[in-house]
Amino acid sequence: MSEQGFTQHTGIAAPLDQANVDTDQIIPKQFLTGVTRIGYGKHLFHDWRYLDLKEQEPNPDFSLNKPEHKGASILLARENFGCGSSREHAPWALADFGFKAVIATSFADIFYGNCINNQLVPVALTSEQMDALFDAVKADAAITITVDLPAQTVSFGDVSFSFDIAPHHKTNLIKGLDAIGQTLELADAIDAFEAKQPSWL
Amino acid sequence: MAKTLYDKVWQAHIVDQLGDDSLIYIDRHLIHEVTSPQAFAGLNEKGRKVRRPEKTVGTMDHSISTRSLAIDACGPDNALQLHTLAKNCEEHGIQLYPVGHQKQGIVHVMGPELGLIQPGMTVVCGDSHTATHGAFGALAFGIGTSQVEHVLATQTLKQSRAKSMLINVNGKLPVGITAKDIILAIIGKIGHAGATGHVIEYAGEAIRSLTMEERMTVCNMSIEAGAKAGLIAPDDVTFNYLKNREYAPKDQAWDEALAYWKTLYTEEGASFDTVVELEAADIAPQVTWGTNPGQVIGVNTPVPAPEDFTDPIEIESAKKALSYMGLKAGEKLADVAVNHVFIGSCTNGRIEDLRAAAHVAKKGKVSSSVTAIVVPGSGAVKRQAEAEGLDKIFEEAGFEWRLPGCSMCLGMNDDKLVSGDRCASTSNRNFEGRQGRGARTHLVSPAMAAAAAINGRFADVRDYQE
Ligand code: SF4
Repeated sequence: MSEQGFTQHTGIAAPLDQANVDTDQIIPKQFLTGVTRIGYGKHLFHDWRYLDLKEQEPNPDFSLNKPEHKGASILLARENFGCGSSREHAPWALADFGFKAVIATSFADIFYGNCINNQLVPVALTSEQMDALFDAVKADAAITITVDLPAQTVSFGDVSFSFDIAPHHKTNLIKGLDAIGQTLELADAIDAFEAKQPSWL
Repeated sequence: MAKTLYDKVWQAHIVDQLGDDSLIYIDRHLIHEVTSPQAFAGLNEKGRKVRRPEKTVGTMDHSISTRSLAIDACGPDNALQLHTLAKNCEEHGIQLYPVGHQKQGIVHVMGPELGLIQPGMTVVCGDSHTATHGAFGALAFGIGTSQVEHVLATQTLKQSRAKSMLINVNGKLPVGITAKDIILAIIGKIGHAGATGHVIEYAGEAIRSLTMEERMTVCNMSIEAGAKAGLIAPDDVTFNYLKNREYAPKDQAWDEALAYWKTLYTEEGASFDTVVELEAADIAPQVTWGTNPGQVIGVNTPVPAPEDFTDPIEIESAKKALSYMGLKAGEKLADVAVNHVFIGSCTNGRIEDLRAAAHVAKKGKVSSSVTAIVVPGSGAVKRQAEAEGLDKIFEEAGFEWRLPGCSMCLGMNDDKLVSGDRCASTSNRNFEGRQGRGARTHLVSPAMAAAAAINGRFADVRDYQE
């Protein structure tokens, strides 16, 4: 787990104007055979991004391949982003590709938690706000978007939207805390809990 | 205040309250080769130990071949992953049931078989179908690899409380309608993200009448409705299933456990954030037509048109799904030809599933245009099926009989489809490319899959029940 914190990020966005983008699409199963957390970015959105299995022919129609979105560090999507499997390879691939934040209408639960644990900031906005973001990027792909975590805002041009995030998620992202290290400090409470457990467990 | 089953299990596991978050104790942790290597690597990097190795159990299921017991049968990358799991379990003192072991199987099939899952437990696994175990009245949910590492190191997880949803399936289940049809009908009704942020409790007469294996099929696909977990209150069906299983409590411990398990139900008057009602009588055999499990219809319902939906997102995804699936609005499923049939997975790879499929398989031969495979969910299922002669029934009908594993449910092995293939599958996900790039998956029950194999196209399984 990364221990670098996230406060604010400004970058250009790649629009993925689709609902229900599942983790099988984000990183298909044939790339899950690794035993490390690195190197998944090149396979991100494999089926959509490449016309061939060997990843030699980029699909020119896919958003991430368009020259105007090159270098995007913010991904825009719609409802229920990251649904499906619990594979953490999905946020690993997004982060490895260079994304720092995903802004979508809503997220699947496990994926959302996995993002928090990997310093990839998941921002949920309303569908009207997402429309405005998609429109802005469509009008000018070079428009920069700023995600400010302490302020809980997404801003671009002269527009600013605020978003909700649970306080503990926010703290973990900002401080880049070692979650396991924190819990290990509660060893006494865990010991006490275990001491009270019934014999059959 | 009256408590729900979820309230009871949740409250019994709070180790510490950390603001809005609770530190929850984890009673059972299941691991497999795909989502654990990075967790162990993380532990090793920091020199951390597994806190309670005896509460974690491992198996090999995703990256293995169902044709060969050789660990490298699916190539060097898969072999490295399997060897890594073996090495990690060995180093950290974790019980592992590797390929070829008689207790090996898909993690969500072998776990319950061994009695590892008991009412009131908290159960996690780096796998979204961990929801399966909610069938025992355990709070069971899938986690990411960072959380796998957290559980290994601390036997706990930080969690916030989910919302609660009650789904009542009222009345008696009609003949020919299975647990798979119930859960697909539920997802069809509430939508593919309909239960996001919720823990579901399934109740009602139709649910209570299900066997333990059928309950597992229902809970298994809770995640396909977006839920965090799915629960069914334990009862005599549960207790009878557990009695004498290897990891189940014995003797006096059994009596104590049983007394506790009997307290695990939702009290009269407890409230839920959301309540959904379904009538069992209205459920027909289900077939998915689209690319998410919510895009599902009864076998005799025509394929919908994008205009049939009102929500702009659903209209858009219906258009995309029809094009990916190569289907036309108004088409009858009985006219749609399949060239592959897959019977297996953690949803429908248990003995009762194989019996239901064999019952239909007996009535014909696999169509010459179809390749059909049957993959038992575990070594125990395979042995039981062979003892009952089901393997012979399948083979005589033209199905291939395989070794246990996840197989074509996700094709991380050598069981995959190619572009344009159309598969009637008893698994749980029909996402684009799930069973192979460009391949089309239709989710159905085991009996419906067997009927499709014989017919070469979808058929109403009720025509096969005498
Ligand atoms: S059978 Fe399919 S859904 Fe179940 S654990 Fe294996 S890959 Fe996952």
